[in-house]
Amino acid sequence: MAESEAQGADYEAEHVHSVYEEIASHFSSTRYKPWPIVERFLKEQRDGTVGADVGCGNGKYLAVNKRVFIVGSDRSTNLVKIAREHEPHSTVVADNLSLPHPSGVFDFAISIAVIHHLSTPSRRVEAVKCILDLLRPASRSASLDGGKAFIYVWALEQKDSRRGWDEGHEQDVMVPWVLKQKKVKEPKQRKRDGASNEVVAAEGEQKPDGDQTFLRYYHLYKKGELESDIEQAGGAVVESGYEKDNWWAIASLK
Amino acid sequence: MKLLTLNFLTCAIKTCKTNPASFPLHPRDAELEIQEADLNLTFLKNILPRLMWEELRVISSELGLPELPATPPAPADLVEPSNTPLDTAEVTLAEGGAEAQEVEETPSQTAKDLHRILLETCIQEGKLVCGSCGHEYAVKEGVANFLLPGHLV
Ligand SMILES: [Zn+2]
Repeated sequence: MAESEAQGADYEAEHVHSVYEEIASHFSSTRYKPWPIVERFLKEQRDGTVGADVGCGNGKYLAVNKRVFIVGSDRSTNLVKIAREHEPHSTVVADNLSLPHPSGVFDFAISIAVIHHLSTPSRRVEAVKCILDLLRPASRSASLDGGKAFIYVWALEQKDSRRGWDEGHEQDVMVPWVLKQKKVKEPKQRKRDGASNEVVAAEGEQKPDGDQTFLRYYHLYKKGELESDIEQAGGAVVESGYEKDNWWAIASLK
Repeated sequence: MKLLTLNFLTCAIKTCKTNPASFPLHPRDAELEIQEADLNLTFLKNILPRLMWEELRVISSELGLPELPATPPAPADLVEPSNTPLDTAEVTLAEGGAEAQEVEETPSQTAKDLHRILLETCIQEGKLVCGSCGHEYAVKEGVANFLLPGHLV
C-alpha cells in the first residue's frame, strides 16, 4: 500500500496518469452526472465570462453552461479527446502543476476530484497555488470582484459510503478501478450496440478472460485540510462544505 | 483546436510566464481546418472585451489568414444595422426575456468573420512555439499537448 511520503511525480505517473489513460473510455461512460454543488457554481457565472477546468476529465462540467467559455485541461490525452466534443469550449493536454495559461485572466476556475491525486502535501498546496494563479484579481475601477475557484476533493469521512473510510483511517490509499472484461464470444456478424467501443486495455492485472483491476492513488482529505491547503497556497476561503463523501471549497485571491 | 483558445494559452514553463514574449504562442507548420459551428452573437459580444486583439492579429497573420482590422470591433459592429427581422422560423428562443430580444439581431459581416476566425478555424496539426524559450508544443489531431519533459518541470 501507499506510503504517505517519498512520492511525487514519478509515483503519480504510474499510479494516477497511466491508469486514467487506460481506463479513459470506461471511466468516461460512468462519469456523466455533475455534482449539484459544482453545477450551481458554474451556472452562477455571468454570461461571457471565461473559466478554466483544471483536470477536466471527460468534460462532464463543460456541458453545464454554454454561455461561458471554458478552457479545460487534463493530463490524459484519451480523456481530452472525449472532452473536446463540448462546444463552445476548448480542451488541451496539460499537467495541473504546469498549466499553459497566462496568470490572472480567468473569471473562474474549477478543479473537481483532481488534487487528491497528488501524492505529497507540498504538491497539493502547489496545485492549489496553480489554480489561484489563474484568477483575475479584483478590479476596483471596474468594481469587479476577483475570480473564484471551486475545488472538490474526496473526503476521509465517508463512513456511509461503499468504501466505508472514516476519521482515523490512513489517508493515502489505493483505490481499485475494475475494468469489466466484455464477454467476447464468437464474433457476431451484425451486432453493434452502444457499448461496443468500450476499451479493452492492454495492461493491468489481467486474469484469464476475467476483469482487470487498476489501482489509483488517492489522498483522502480530512475535515479542514482543504481549507488549510488553500490558505497555505496564499488564497482565501470564501465558502466551504461537505457534499456526499467530498469536501469542497470556493477560494479567491487574498 | 480553435484559435480562440490561443487567447488563453501561454508557455507551460513557469519562468516564461513573466516574460511578455511568451504570449501569444506562435503557430508553426500549422495545418488548418474549418470546423463549422453555430454563430452565437451573444457569445461573440461577450468574448470581445476579453480578446487580446493585437496578439490575435499577429497569430492570424502568421497563419496567413485575412488581416484583422487594426482596432477591435465594438459590440455594435457585430450587429447588422438594418435590423430587418430574421426568418423567425430559424430562430430558437432562449429562456430569458432579454435573450428573446437578442435573437432578433442579425450578425454583421464583421461578426461572421470573427466567428470564422476564432471559433471555426482550427489548428489540426503543427506546433505552438514559445517566443521566450523556444519550446515547441505539438498539436496532433487537433489536440495541443503541453506536457513538459522532466528536465523542464
Ligand atoms: Zn517558454
